[in-house]
Amino acid sequence: MKITQISVFLENRKGRLYDVCSLLGANHVNIRALTIAETESFGVLRIVVDKCDAAVKLLRDNGFVANFTDVVAVEVPDTPGGLATVLKIFADNDVNVEYMYGFVEKHSDKALLVFRFEDTDTAQQVLARHSISIVTRQEIEGL
Amino acid sequence: MDVPFWNKQVETLDRASLQAIQLERFREMVAWALKTPFYGKKLASVGIASPDDVKSLRDLGRIPFTVKDDLRRGFPRGLLAVEMSEVVRIHSSSGTTGIPTVIYFARDDLDRWTDLLARSITATGASARDIFQNMMTYGLFTGGLGLHYGAERVGMTVIPIGGGNTKRQIQTMKDFQTTVLHVTPSYLLHIHSQFESEGVRPGDLALTRAFIGAEPHSENTRRKIEDLLGIQAFNSYGLSELNGPGVAFECVHRKDMHVWEDAYLIEIIDPKTGQNVEDGQEGEVVLTNLIRRAMPILRYRTRDLAFLHPEPCECGRTHRRLSRILGRTDDMLIINGVNVFPSQIEEKIMKVPEVATNYLIHVDKKGALDRLTVKVEIYPKLFLGEAARLEALRTRIREELRSSIVISPNVELHEPGSLPVSEGKAKRVIDERPKD
Amino acid sequence: MIWKEDIECMDSTGLKALQSDYLKKLIPYIYHNCPVYRQKLDAAGVNPDRIKSIDDIKRLPFTTKEDMRDHYPYGLFSAPQDRINEIHVSSGTTGNPTLVGYTKDDLKLWGDVMARVLCCAGAEPGDTIQIAYGYGLFTGGLGFHYGALEMGLRIIPTSAGQTARQLKIMQDFQPRILGCTPSYALYMAEEAKEMGIDPTQGHWKIGVFGAEPWSESMRREIEAAWNMLATDVYGLSEIIGPGVAQECRHKDGLHVFSDVFFPEIIDPQTDEEAPEGQDGELVITTLTKQGIPLIRYRTRDIVSARYEKCRCGRTSPRISKIKGRTDDMIVVRGINVFPSQIEHVLVGIEGTQPQYQIVVDRKAHHLDEVEVLVEVEQRFFSDEIRHLNDLRERIRKEIQNVLSVGVKVTLVEPKTIERSVGKAKRIVDKRTL
Repeated sequence: MKITQISVFLENRKGRLYDVCSLLGANHVNIRALTIAETESFGVLRIVVDKCDAAVKLLRDNGFVANFTDVVAVEVPDTPGGLATVLKIFADNDVNVEYMYGFVEKHSDKALLVFRFEDTDTAQQVLARHSISIVTRQEIEGL
Repeated sequence: MDVPFWNKQVETLDRASLQAIQLERFREMVAWALKTPFYGKKLASVGIASPDDVKSLRDLGRIPFTVKDDLRRGFPRGLLAVEMSEVVRIHSSSGTTGIPTVIYFARDDLDRWTDLLARSITATGASARDIFQNMMTYGLFTGGLGLHYGAERVGMTVIPIGGGNTKRQIQTMKDFQTTVLHVTPSYLLHIHSQFESEGVRPGDLALTRAFIGAEPHSENTRRKIEDLLGIQAFNSYGLSELNGPGVAFECVHRKDMHVWEDAYLIEIIDPKTGQNVEDGQEGEVVLTNLIRRAMPILRYRTRDLAFLHPEPCECGRTHRRLSRILGRTDDMLIINGVNVFPSQIEEKIMKVPEVATNYLIHVDKKGALDRLTVKVEIYPKLFLGEAARLEALRTRIREELRSSIVISPNVELHEPGSLPVSEGKAKRVIDERPKD
Repeated sequence: MIWKEDIECMDSTGLKALQSDYLKKLIPYIYHNCPVYRQKLDAAGVNPDRIKSIDDIKRLPFTTKEDMRDHYPYGLFSAPQDRINEIHVSSGTTGNPTLVGYTKDDLKLWGDVMARVLCCAGAEPGDTIQIAYGYGLFTGGLGFHYGALEMGLRIIPTSAGQTARQLKIMQDFQPRILGCTPSYALYMAEEAKEMGIDPTQGHWKIGVFGAEPWSESMRREIEAAWNMLATDVYGLSEIIGPGVAQECRHKDGLHVFSDVFFPEIIDPQTDEEAPEGQDGELVITTLTKQGIPLIRYRTRDIVSARYEKCRCGRTSPRISKIKGRTDDMIVVRGINVFPSQIEHVLVGIEGTQPQYQIVVDRKAHHLDEVEVLVEVEQRFFSDEIRHLNDLRERIRKEIQNVLSVGVKVTLVEPKTIERSVGKAKRIVDKRTL
């Protein structure tokens, strides 16, 4: 099952990341996973939060440019080579990963990773075939 | 077919009269060449101390060849036959390293060169009625200003637009109803591929002719250009060392290029033995300039491979025809009409401290245009930094290269050991452009 | 040396007679050959056969850049196409560029006035000139080229850019005269020092700088950096390109070649003649051009003018350096840039018009840098850096295509561009000239 990631356009200016986080915090939105893609002059903040729709509305109302993107949250064994096992399955099945990043917290004894695939549907089928569990939206909201 | 001439008398001279003019000008050139330190020595070594030592055109064979590096080594005055005060124009072409080859012209030299270009343009059937969009680069390159002067002498309306900026080129063709283009074949094909997105409809343009040159291309490419654009495309040949464009040009029949033999002595040699080959046989083009006094060039090895047609042309011109350029005897690359030597690239990137020793030059086509990619290996610790820094390094390398080779290549950064290393001498150039 | 001494030093009666003579021929020529102008002149109630003296010029209608745009491309031509030998274009305010066409005689005129320019600056036949103005559609390069040819100078047509090569050529050929934009002259001096070359050493005599506004303090900087005399040249493509006016060695105003380019200074608000010595808009009539002669062309450049004889002997009116513009045009690296051109590009790319701002700066290296800030909007924001970079690159390329000037495009967050009363401020010019 896909979950929704929020992407926010940020200039490389002091305090912008703080602005986003404090806005979300003040409105009781909890950030579950986060990464920043940087370029010379701007960055894109990617977050997974508990209250997705509310968060996007909040951000847009406050003048941020924010969009939704489909991603998949995958449980990966938190042991050496755990991630490699999963990545090998993708490689063997021609599933192209655009980018990935880790969750802030653990999910039982597993690590949680967010994947953005070129073709999300195929990726999900491959994951299912190899009995790798993915995290549902409800679980994210309840984390 | 109606055959227009600029100077019919000279263009249709019988062989004997043409050779008489050649001999006279050749001796005159030898006299000028003897004034230069470079040729003074060279000619003396083969027993030519005055023009009187030249009895016939066969004496040409006694003179040693001149190669590109001679021009560089003789720089700046080694090949100058007149006082610097008589030089009115300086042009240059790319050298095998950062030092460009410099070409000098006196006022009369420019006049004679311009006349050859007027002759070339007229031979294609273009005339004062035409609107001429000159898409070759202006400045130190001879391509732009050479045709500019020739077209002006013919009385065409010249639009000195220079290279690049596809949108503006197309807009200009439309707005001014351009009839004649001067362009590299690959760029013309690229321009055509943009017609649709620029909203050009059939009937919007008035093009009738294109002069194409500055890079090798096949007969199929010419056909393609002619079919797609509904125009006639004329091959042209020239190189800065020999003045620039206008050494040879196609006439209305478009069956290879008339070499203006009253202005240039042409030989085709076996590049291995240096011996002349028969007309019709492929070999390296060797040219002697008969009209430039400020900087005489005798028996210049162009490194271009081609052949001469033994039979006359239907147009009535007696000046022999040179085939299109079939290849090179050296590793020079021609990227979108710009000459690039791999050594120029190596010289630049080896000066960048972040770059390790292995690199690769990769050429392919993106659409109709050539694409040059320089792949370099950089030291691993640099990959730990921010992406933005790597981006800045890439830009810096690209700018460095652009300052030397004029065009702006793609630069790829690779980790050490990731580029293929061939046994022995590394194979640094991979040219994947289709031969056709 | 004065290139056309008989004309450049003519007394005012003679000059007036010459100008009157030219104008008497010009107006009927235009009237009978250019339908657009005929309409204009008819509307203004001008009988072309009643033009008797240069004083009658005040009765003639103005010509504006909009006229050139509205009648693009050939509407203002007085000569038929087959007599047009060369075409140049410069920036227009929107989609269409401004077009100029030269007949053979116009090219001769151009060579002549540019020879006067070079002579006025102090060049002598036999000098070598390095022409580092851009060649091509821009009039700078070829204008200098034709003048230098006419004067008998030795030409190195380096065109603009490729600084390392420019400097190498300077060392090898020791030119005495340099032609380029003033900011590029300063930039090259800096680069020379970095390469270990002392630019004050050697061969220089004169620089002929123009195509962009510059100040007395820049002049002092250039003169010190290169150890040369730095002079100012004025011109605009619509009139002929460079070659309208030039400073002599006294650097006390630019001599207008008024026998062929008749200047007036007007109050741009009232369109009335400005009092002598006062700032006003420069208006020029081309008295002898054949291809596109222009009547009372509004240059939008603010200058003042003086009419007394110069110490050099020239009697021509002298204009000040350009003090400003009547419109929002800025000059970047010698290229005229109108904010409306950039607006046009953005509309073309995104369908509607995002907020933008043009920031021009000249940092330590002396070259103008243009940054175009574009506010990112929801509808073209993408999660993928690649898409955003592609967008940025597309905007950059398109703007570069239209302006012929490299720009940096920066995507910024919404509402970050400074607005004054709801309307975004389009140009921030941080340069100190």
